[in-house]
Amino acid sequence: MSTLDTTRATTTPTGRRKAPVTDGRAGSRDAGRKPTSTIIVTAILVIVALYFLVPVYWVVINATKSSEDLFGSSGFWFGESFQLVENIKAVFTANDGIFPRWGLNSLLYSGVGSVLATYFAAAAGFALAKYRFPGRKFVYALVLGGVLVPGTAVALPLFFLFSSIGITNTYWAVLIPSLVSPFGLFLASIYAGAAVPDEMLEAGRLDGVGELGLFHRLALPQLTPAIVTILLFQFVAIWNNYMLPLVMLADERLYPITLGLDNWRAQTDRLPEFYQLTVGGALMSVIPLAILILVLQRFWRGGLTEGSVKG
Amino acid sequence: MTHKTAPWVLLAPFLVVFIGTMIIPIIMAIGYSFTSVQRHGLLGEEGLTNAFAGFDNYVAALSNANFVESIGRMVLFGIVQVTVMIVAATVLALLLESASAKWPGFFRATYFLPYGIPGVIATILWSFLYIPGLSPIVDVMQLVGLDIDFLGPNMVLWSIANIVTWTYTGYNMLIIIAQLKAIPGELYEAAKIDGASSLRVAMAIQLPLIRPALMLTIIFSIIGTLQLFAEPRLMQTMSAGITSEYTPNMSAYAFAFQYNDIGMAAAQAVIIALAAFLLSAVALGVSNWTEKRR
Repeated sequence: MSTLDTTRATTTPTGRRKAPVTDGRAGSRDAGRKPTSTIIVTAILVIVALYFLVPVYWVVINATKSSEDLFGSSGFWFGESFQLVENIKAVFTANDGIFPRWGLNSLLYSGVGSVLATYFAAAAGFALAKYRFPGRKFVYALVLGGVLVPGTAVALPLFFLFSSIGITNTYWAVLIPSLVSPFGLFLASIYAGAAVPDEMLEAGRLDGVGELGLFHRLALPQLTPAIVTILLFQFVAIWNNYMLPLVMLADERLYPITLGLDNWRAQTDRLPEFYQLTVGGALMSVIPLAILILVLQRFWRGGLTEGSVKG
Repeated sequence: MTHKTAPWVLLAPFLVVFIGTMIIPIIMAIGYSFTSVQRHGLLGEEGLTNAFAGFDNYVAALSNANFVESIGRMVLFGIVQVTVMIVAATVLALLLESASAKWPGFFRATYFLPYGIPGVIATILWSFLYIPGLSPIVDVMQLVGLDIDFLGPNMVLWSIANIVTWTYTGYNMLIIIAQLKAIPGELYEAAKIDGASSLRVAMAIQLPLIRPALMLTIIFSIIGTLQLFAEPRLMQTMSAGITSEYTPNMSAYAFAFQYNDIGMAAAQAVIIALAAFLLSAVALGVSNWTEKRR
């Protein structure tokens, strides 16, 4: 069922549909709609697309300008100077290269955090789906409660907890809370319930595979689509997090890119040259994410339906 | 390893982190909210005295005019912003799933793009489009005689709403599209045989069948609204309209780290969590109730 979904996902975005009936779009069955409605609908979609692209367009254009042009020329078009390369160079060298360091920090928090969180969630989800043991329902309820509590409500007490064991203002302070994904646990347990047959586990046991081996060698490959989804969601969630690093970190050198860029922007009030650094830094941090989103958007859609439709 | 211990071994890493970073802090927050802390020394290193305060912190929080006002602000924000966003996401999903739309893959990716941009970066980008002198939008509006101050005390709430809508509309749209794709094709065939117009198909078939997805997106959006923090906090330096207690979460943050009143901060955090619980439960209840009446 998951393979069917991915083939569908890979054919639709290109617009070249080999078999229109399986496309799933409501109107694709009645080919040859009125051209006027096509024009109207497409015009609406284009206008909406402009709205979503305006900030990105603005940052691309304005990252090429000098500080004078930034305020002196129209924001919708290039200025007299074109100094994209100089601006980017300034972003990477300012403060002894603090910006690339922020980028690597973000990568460390999101990369390590999402991989471990996904592994933990997959193991726990598999255990809840495939074993019957006392306390199982209680664990489910506990995790569900944790999902509903706003993450920011946890950040404040977490700071006091971490400061009592002396790990605030270290990499651990941001990394450890990123290792838990209750959403991932639910997704993994729903998916394991459907995609890992009991017979397969029984056959593995008869062949003498240990219980941990059953998970690592038999179940994990079956869970791949769910794992990709959890990994992506967790990566973006950690990358976008603002309150946790804000609460935990005081040292600029430990900042993720979001907090660092905010730091630069906050200085624009007193030092106007920070405007250009902030614009260039914003461009540099939008580009990798935009590429990631555009490439992975199809996986994402498949993943979102996994729980509600397939379950 | 036996069959009995295996599930606990698999659960252990998750549970250790989950209990350590969520359950214990929540219990601590509840504990703090019933305590008043007297700090001695500059940063409290020279000892703390805790005193049981009963519901004092809750009474103080709910009679704090700024905190109550911040909740009212979020209710207003939620009613307007969540409605606009969900309606927009639904309309866009229906348009993209209709045969009349050209290049649906391109538009879907474009609308989803902002979700990948962190709230902090999105706020920085939009704030550049709000600042007079820097913003081409303000320039264009002045040309046609509109003089809008996006950062003015009354306007800034809706400028924040715009950033949130920009970030999450495409995400919600994808959830709705996923549900639309799950509608069986026979229903469309039947409607076509009956000669139903696309509007009729949308109203009679698609909208009723995507209700679960709509409820999901609405609940998540309400919880998200209550937690609003990064966007207003970042814009605080730009707009005189944003106080340090502008949203409930900003208020809790201010009490914890600026006013050093942990009990009050914890009480506010608990109130925010409870409100999120209640609103989710009410939304689910209303959904089930209307479902039964159908």
